[in-house]
Amino acid sequence: MPLPPIHETMILIAGLVAVLSTASVTAGILSWRAPKPLSPTLTNLTQRINAWWVMVVAITVAFFFGHAGMTILFALISFAALREFVTLTHSRRSDHWVLLGMFAIIIPFQYWLVWTAWYGLFTIFIPVYCFLLMPAMTALNGDTERFLERVSAQQWAIMISVYFVSHVPALLTLNVPGFEGRNLLLIAFLIITVQGSDVLQYIFGKLFGKHLLSPKVSPSKTWEGLVGGLAASSLLGALLSFLTPFSPLQAAVVALVACLMGFLGGLVASAIKRDQGVKDWGHLIEGHGGMMDRADSLVFAAPVFFHTVRYFWSV
Amino acid sequence: MTKLHIRANTFTLLQTITSVGLSAMAWVVTGVRPIWNGSQPSERQRIYFANHASHGDFILLSACLSEKVRARTHAVAAAEYWGKSRLRRYIAEDMLSSVLIHRQWTDEAENPINIMLSVLDQGHSLILFPEGTRNTTDEPLLPFRSGLYNLSMARPEVELIPCWIENMSRVLPKGQFLPVPLLCRVVFGPAVTIAPGEERRAFLERARQTLLALDPRPDRDD
Repeated sequence: MPLPPIHETMILIAGLVAVLSTASVTAGILSWRAPKPLSPTLTNLTQRINAWWVMVVAITVAFFFGHAGMTILFALISFAALREFVTLTHSRRSDHWVLLGMFAIIIPFQYWLVWTAWYGLFTIFIPVYCFLLMPAMTALNGDTERFLERVSAQQWAIMISVYFVSHVPALLTLNVPGFEGRNLLLIAFLIITVQGSDVLQYIFGKLFGKHLLSPKVSPSKTWEGLVGGLAASSLLGALLSFLTPFSPLQAAVVALVACLMGFLGGLVASAIKRDQGVKDWGHLIEGHGGMMDRADSLVFAAPVFFHTVRYFWSV
Repeated sequence: MTKLHIRANTFTLLQTITSVGLSAMAWVVTGVRPIWNGSQPSERQRIYFANHASHGDFILLSACLSEKVRARTHAVAAAEYWGKSRLRRYIAEDMLSSVLIHRQWTDEAENPINIMLSVLDQGHSLILFPEGTRNTTDEPLLPFRSGLYNLSMARPEVELIPCWIENMSRVLPKGQFLPVPLLCRVVFGPAVTIAPGEERRAFLERARQTLLALDPRPDRDD
């Protein structure tokens, strides 16, 4: 498959570099003026921006390797996310082979289904076959201690970290008339709006946030942050409509839905972390925590975005 | 008599390849990272003592040390297990440069303390699992055997650093050979020293409690 037109790709990369450079320069000036030693907030801001650079470079490299690059990148993201999820939840020694199978069989097979565009099996392999066979294996092992809790954690782990994440590269398999060979740009649109929305909600929350949205789950999410962030990311979506088969208005609505799902994903991820008594999922990305801390919004947004495009635009 | 393979302060080519390869593998599988909580990385002579649940423990701990420190640090392993066949002995001694000791010994030449002291006397460091065997019980940490105390009495200038290895019993449980990828951390705690006049049992229990206190998630039950 050909790469998407170089024109759009270049605008995209130039835009991202401009935004990140502005962020780095701003953080640099703030750090330069601030009293030393730097406050934890400022140190964390710099770490986060640096990690964004790394993430943008990684995705850009995958982008230039085309469909194979993108599929492999998201398989690796699934691996990191699954590792964090399984580490955090309860398991017993008798779960060893089921856990091993999640990494060694389910991840490669699900991404192979993405690669071969076998849509029928792609949608049911995990929610039907794995859902039934994993607890069956656990039962055959004969260890019934906290059985439901263990199998539920395993189901959640692969649904969240493998099934939903695999819907991002699955966008490459959609056939949108008049949009042939440009599907990689759909991934760029999804990632930029959803991740942008996370940042925008954070900024609006810091600037105008007064009313906590769900204080028991997350002490940092406010109504002002949510509304401002969603409005701004819808606008961002409309601006990026040149990447997509959508009109600017359609792009705004699609972005709004994706970002709202992303927000809910962040909320659910916070609830899980709170329940397990941790602040971050892991320590993979300096300043951000783990892979799931960064991908939680994408996990909820990707399947809804995928099915929206598939239902309304693809043949 | 146990043959000691320590001749130089650097690794052989085979040992360098093994050590770099295993550390890279440890990172891929467990994303291992050291948490220095009471001590700092240092090239001074030390005995790192850790909880033991899996063959991967020593690999994880070494992966947290610098290449230079790793070349002068030897894990103490049971000769009953690692000396059983020529292949195992080759892996333990020639590839991993560990020191084999006999848990049951009669011949004075096999006295584990003397063997470990001879390594320390060459200026090298040790990795010791004072529980004496891999822990498969529900207890987080078994009682310590006396080696730690005897070594420290004989060489008080060597620092004793407690190292809590997290999650490794879930990654590679005893009896399994394929690891499940799970995140692991190694928490390095403050050095422990024998207090003046401190009795053997009391010291070993105190060292054990210091190690146990490093567990970042003590309420976990798996």
